[in-house]
Amino acid sequence: MLKITDLQKTFNPGTVNAKTALNGLNLSLADGDFVTVIGGNGAGKSTLLNAIAGVWKPDFGTIEIDGVDVTRMPEFKRAQFLGRVFQDPMKGTSPDMEIAENLAIASKRGAKRRFVRGVRRADREKYREMLASLELGLENRLSTKVGLLSGGQRQAITLLMATMNRPKLLLLDEHTAALDPKTAAKVLELTDQIVLKNHLTTLMITHNMRDAIAHGNRLIMMHEGNILLDVSGEEKKNLTVEQLLNLFTQASGIVNDRMALN
Amino acid sequence: MAFLYALPGAIAEGLIWGLMGIGVYISYKILDIADLTVDGSICTGACVCAMLLGSGAPVWVAVLAAMLAGALAGAVTGLLHTALGIPSILAGILTQLMLYSVNLFILGGKSLVAIDPRANDLWVHMSDNPASIGAMLILVTVVILCLWQFFYTEIGLTLKSTGDNPDMSRAQGVNVKLNKVVGLSIANGIVALAGAMLAQYKGSANINDGRGAIVIGLAAIFIGLSVSMKIKPNFVVSLIGVLGGGVIYYIVYNLVILMGLKTDYLKMLSAIIVTIFLAVPYLKGEYFTKRKPLQPWKTANGGGGNA
Repeated sequence: MLKITDLQKTFNPGTVNAKTALNGLNLSLADGDFVTVIGGNGAGKSTLLNAIAGVWKPDFGTIEIDGVDVTRMPEFKRAQFLGRVFQDPMKGTSPDMEIAENLAIASKRGAKRRFVRGVRRADREKYREMLASLELGLENRLSTKVGLLSGGQRQAITLLMATMNRPKLLLLDEHTAALDPKTAAKVLELTDQIVLKNHLTTLMITHNMRDAIAHGNRLIMMHEGNILLDVSGEEKKNLTVEQLLNLFTQASGIVNDRMALN
Repeated sequence: MAFLYALPGAIAEGLIWGLMGIGVYISYKILDIADLTVDGSICTGACVCAMLLGSGAPVWVAVLAAMLAGALAGAVTGLLHTALGIPSILAGILTQLMLYSVNLFILGGKSLVAIDPRANDLWVHMSDNPASIGAMLILVTVVILCLWQFFYTEIGLTLKSTGDNPDMSRAQGVNVKLNKVVGLSIANGIVALAGAMLAQYKGSANINDGRGAIVIGLAAIFIGLSVSMKIKPNFVVSLIGVLGGGVIYYIVYNLVILMGLKTDYLKMLSAIIVTIFLAVPYLKGEYFTKRKPLQPWKTANGGGGNA
């Protein structure tokens, strides 16, 4: 579904601040893979997701989604293949627009937008059902401006928007990191439900090792712009946080504070 | 008494500037771009209208051509910003400067071109204020209805989201750059339409028409929204509010003149009004916020379920 070959990206090249964020990374995802991505700060996790999403162009290498080379495709065109949820709950929704209007925009991702009414009565019924499935009591607030909702509610709506037109690849960039523990657990549970129900190929960055082990069928650990560890199947299921930390220390030779804390 | 006598004129001219305010609303409020093209494009509208009327074209042709010219100016600003990466405020300033030369060219090198109200069947003219007010009301109704229909279409919604959250828009496959160009074209098309009406109303197009127009537009927006947001914060009410803001602005403007303020100082007055409206929300937040006890759970769950 996703095939990344020798991906390289250096920020601020040729200056003292030059930072190699991706260092010849290779990654292949099979259809239906749910991959959790862990790694210390600056390991290149977000850079990887941004490269796939097309926020900027890589210096070298190619990205293929479902056989289509998207390496040079602008971000808004690539969106037809991708569902994205950001770390910042404010980023994924349009605050000054109604819930129904946000969903209407998302319902046309990858389709041709026309000069016809964006939110029709039949759409509202459809959106009401979708929102009811979130079990957050949002189904009767279709006309509420999204800016009036909490971070958790907005993140749940973003998740809905990212997946309502089945994406070929779902990109989750620490989408629960800015939420309180209870809300984070709820959003993660929703994520699991939606991904499994729609059999979505997913890349999920997380800083929480327990979550990384508990969710998905495959786990990759990144370090200095490359993949350090790639486990899947039974091996991944039986992982423990201690093992993961040990593997990381062995492979990289350092202990990252943030990871040690988890 | 003198004020009552001046009132119809103030309303007619206020409606024209209110219409321009609607154009500014689209760039400033919907696209979130402070578009300084406006000062030039309103004059372009006036110039195109005056020259075409002078050459014997029917009024609707002159008005339509003025709108198209304005839309083109908006597209230039949009392309400078999106295709060449120039910050939007500078792109607007550059286009505005270009337009000064363009407008002089349109006027054939003259700084003022008169429109003969007897030779042309003008839609609005200062000699007949009641009829001008009627014509303007019809025109703004048509404009507001068109915008209302457009901004609720599938395409129109993405224009709103482009200004509101460009990251979300791109992630949902919206061509943000194209939308900015289209939005600025619509905005400046409306501004130039107002310019065409202004030229007819005053019976002339002047190369200095429109200096400070952006500030009047912003004043109309702030005055209008301060009222309309209290009634109902939706799109159509906001547009009507902006229109009303333009009228209120021109009534106050006439009142101040009647009270004896020299017209030389009126631009200062406009600038002060806008400064106050821009500063008050900031100052309120900075110095006059009452501290409320924190209730994180109440806000976090926002009246809904168990988030």
